[in-house]
Amino acid sequence: MSVNQTDIYAIALHHRFQWEEAQSCYVILFPEGMVKLNGGAGEVLNLVNGQRTVADIVTELKAKFSDAPDLEHDIIGMLELAIEKAWLRQIN
Amino acid sequence: MTQASLGQSVVQKEIQSQNNGVASSVTRTQPLWLLAEVTYRCPLHCAFCYNPTDYDKHTQNELTTEQWIQALRDARRLGALQLGISGGEPLLRDDIEEIVIEAKKLGYYSNLITSGVGLTEKRIQAFKDGGLDHIQLSMHDITEEINNFITNTKTFELKKKVAAMIKNHGYPMVLNVVIHRYNIGHMRQILEMAEALGADYIELANTQYYGWSLVNRSQLMPTKEQIDEAERITNEFREKQGSKMKIFFVVPDYFSDRPKKCMNGWGEVFMIVTANGDVLPCHSARVLPNMEFPNVRDKGLDWVWNDSPAFNKYRGDSWMKEPCRSCAEKEKDLAGCRCQAFMLTGDAEGADPVCSLSPNHHVITKAIEDSRNPVIASQPIIFRNDKNSKAIIAGELDDRVKEFHALP
Repeated sequence: MSVNQTDIYAIALHHRFQWEEAQSCYVILFPEGMVKLNGGAGEVLNLVNGQRTVADIVTELKAKFSDAPDLEHDIIGMLELAIEKAWLRQIN
Repeated sequence: MTQASLGQSVVQKEIQSQNNGVASSVTRTQPLWLLAEVTYRCPLHCAFCYNPTDYDKHTQNELTTEQWIQALRDARRLGALQLGISGGEPLLRDDIEEIVIEAKKLGYYSNLITSGVGLTEKRIQAFKDGGLDHIQLSMHDITEEINNFITNTKTFELKKKVAAMIKNHGYPMVLNVVIHRYNIGHMRQILEMAEALGADYIELANTQYYGWSLVNRSQLMPTKEQIDEAERITNEFREKQGSKMKIFFVVPDYFSDRPKKCMNGWGEVFMIVTANGDVLPCHSARVLPNMEFPNVRDKGLDWVWNDSPAFNKYRGDSWMKEPCRSCAEKEKDLAGCRCQAFMLTGDAEGADPVCSLSPNHHVITKAIEDSRNPVIASQPIIFRNDKNSKAIIAGELDDRVKEFHALP
């Protein structure tokens, strides 16, 4: 599945995304499983809120991490993976 | 309880997810999963239950609500995230609503693991309001006959009603079906039933032999051919219906060449608090010799997890013997299950006999042969109930347990 700039995503039903102080990372929790997200992946999913478009997320992260090379490619890759894993659902 | 949360399947799922490169790997031990076995009382009498056969000793000294809430708080502070509320049948306690509210407040992802007996509209509404995240329902077969036989109760119609109730309240439908000789021939129909009920997840958990299921091993074990066929049907179904319903097929270790990485390692990610407050790194750890497991009534969970001799005993690999110690694959399975090694061979530090490299592998081959021996396999099933538990404690069923090195 390919991700478009105008797509809007939210965390999938029955999934919960939260910051975990004890692990110092974001996690996704769902029935029978959990995933600890590394820094970059957590930053991307933290902006997924059912309102921002993919373009919005890219813009915000580019502003925050201005010296990271090829950020857009990484963000899209992360979103594609999250969709494939069914952590996200598309709103629009 | 069912074998629903026999940890390694869920942890494997977690680890699998980590392997895709998104997640950081576990670098220090943390009890990510807390299983609260809040009671050993149960209205069902399943032949495959992995609870200890002497559970009757622990039905009169259950932790109080306050003690459970304290345990939840302490475990959360250590990093626990996933909470399973299990038993026995947890709904036999009337304080699950309070426990659920506290779990939500603390930020757990909480799961009620139930047979469905005792789940009413009023209670499920209270769970929803309290913030329970999901309910895992055990199902046994598509036929009333097998459901009622293997659970030794008339619960077939009730389970269908409860499944609908779970769905109506907007919960993900998570079904667990323990697979054994009596239902393995119905795999396709079981999957179709799950689909018809609108299941989001189904776990097909091949029986693992602990507790009551070890006593009934020869009566429950399917053949290798049946398991292969069941897996083939599952894969075929999975391909046909796409990703709508997630299907987990938990492979039985007796028919593998290598053991499972039990609990993802001793004291690595799992912590179980039992009905009477004992804290264990795995469901059946109390069978192990020369071990003293801490109890939440005496010790804080921080000490239990980090400092107790019991939780440190089998961490790392310095305790391993040959052939495991120098085995190139030791990191993959950490020598398998300590409980299985002790129960079946009398050596808690030895290789899990499931491994074909174990000098004791013949005990597994023999168990498989016994299950195909019509004389042995036709012995009656010992159902999990108070009467049989008392009889086992009193030594009255010794002929069914004497081959094991501890009471299952």
